[in-house]
Amino acid sequence: MEKTMDRTIITVVGKDAVGIIARVCAYLADEGINVLDISQTIVQGFFNMMMVVDMKGAGKPFGECAKELEKLGEEIGVAIKCQREEIFNKMHRV
Amino acid sequence: MINIWEVNETNKMIEQENLDVRTITLGISLLDCIDADLPKLNDNIYRKITGVAADLVKVGDEIERNYCIPIVNKRISVTPIALVGQAACRTPEDFVSVARTLDRAAKAVGVNFIGGYSALVSKGMTAGDENLIRSIPQALAETERVCSSVNVGSTKTGIDMDAVKLMGEIIRETAERTKENDSLGCAKLVVFCNAPDDNPFMAGAFHGVTEADAVVNVGVSGPGVVKKALEEVRGADFGELCETIKRTAFKITRVGQLVAQEASRRLGIPFGIIDLSLAPTPAVGDSVAEILEEIGLERAGAPGTTAALALLNDQVKKGGIMASSYVGGLSGAFIPVSEDQGMIDAVEAGALTLEKLEAMTCVCSVGLDMIAIPGDAAPSTISGILADEMAIGMVNQKTTAVRLIPVIGKDVGETVEFGGLLGHAPVMPVNRFGCEAFVRRGGRIPAPIHSFKN
Repeated sequence: MEKTMDRTIITVVGKDAVGIIARVCAYLADEGINVLDISQTIVQGFFNMMMVVDMKGAGKPFGECAKELEKLGEEIGVAIKCQREEIFNKMHRV
Repeated sequence: MINIWEVNETNKMIEQENLDVRTITLGISLLDCIDADLPKLNDNIYRKITGVAADLVKVGDEIERNYCIPIVNKRISVTPIALVGQAACRTPEDFVSVARTLDRAAKAVGVNFIGGYSALVSKGMTAGDENLIRSIPQALAETERVCSSVNVGSTKTGIDMDAVKLMGEIIRETAERTKENDSLGCAKLVVFCNAPDDNPFMAGAFHGVTEADAVVNVGVSGPGVVKKALEEVRGADFGELCETIKRTAFKITRVGQLVAQEASRRLGIPFGIIDLSLAPTPAVGDSVAEILEEIGLERAGAPGTTAALALLNDQVKKGGIMASSYVGGLSGAFIPVSEDQGMIDAVEAGALTLEKLEAMTCVCSVGLDMIAIPGDAAPSTISGILADEMAIGMVNQKTTAVRLIPVIGKDVGETVEFGGLLGHAPVMPVNRFGCEAFVRRGGRIPAPIHSFKN
């Protein structure tokens, strides 16, 4: 089951504000990207969110989604980063 | 499942601690390009390189975007040109035409360096080898991206002292030919003992004859990450210190392994090796010398430096080998002077000398690297330094290398600026006593005994 997914980690870091999750999720829904997991904390007043998403159903290629999310981040005033999950699995799992 | 702290740790390494993949180096065999006709040879070489490496830069950029990990360099290494060119090249000038072809091919595919303008002469030189070596000063002066290396010794064969003598002269001549640019040509020229066939790092990369037609080799980096991790264990004993380095090296290498596998898959070219080297850059916080300081030395070069470097090098290997199925190349800590701000500071403070650097090369990869010396150093003195470093490699069964830059027109106390990743360097003093009669003897130093080790 796992192998048929295209798992990507989206991180959102920046000053806390109303509606950050809503706007990111709205974008993901529009693009057909399924959210698998969300964790979020506030570290020293900074909003810090990590989402695990499945990009298998996305209408656009990875690079384009990453760019658009980055742009969306600029509009909201946060930094949004899109990375394939393997880099974290490789680094933190033996 | 991966948690937010792990994600943040990885991204902190990338964003704040200079974690990057230093190079994806595509090794390409040119053996099938050999022809006795020089224009045909050059044509074959250009076609082969631009064909095999057509997508290298594009793929590198794609991987960078997918994982948000910087891949600093995309490079090419080729079969030593002395082997490829001997049938067609009758003179040093003939070989220079091949260097121009390599430069043109490198520019066409967009890589910043191409290595393999090399000769392997650890036991002796053929006429073709000697022609290539004699062409090096002109080749490096007239090209931009070509890197050259000469292997003059090995544990199995001993040291070819005729080649050592010649290389002292060639290094000096290369410096003269590029004196308008602070003798920059010498930054692209390495002299080796026990040169590895699969090294992805410039300027010493070449694609050995034992290799497949094309392979993807990757060099990782990450001194800044190790330094930061060690800040967390200040005052802890050596056991904890070593454990921390090992764990960090594991994480760094796994990223390299991932990038190598991805590059291999996307290019349709087999994966060769990961080179585990800790490669510094002149950027603040990306320094091997700073790790040595964090281990407990006031400056790199202080008593204890060789021991600290030995343990660092060993732990990096232990952590890295666990992380990758195939490890090769140079694999160890690099201690270039001009490319490491902590090393530059140590030299300027008077803590680090050429002799101490030589001692340090006994316990790490690679050798006397990116060291500026006075431009009036005699060729025989350069050969003497080469011979010393080659002897260390030969006897200790390890790779050693020398990349010295005799800066024409400059003396001790002055600084040279190479720019970019090559950094800047204070001109270091060399021993003033001569070794002319030693170098002039000619012939070979025999291979050392492989038993009775004391």
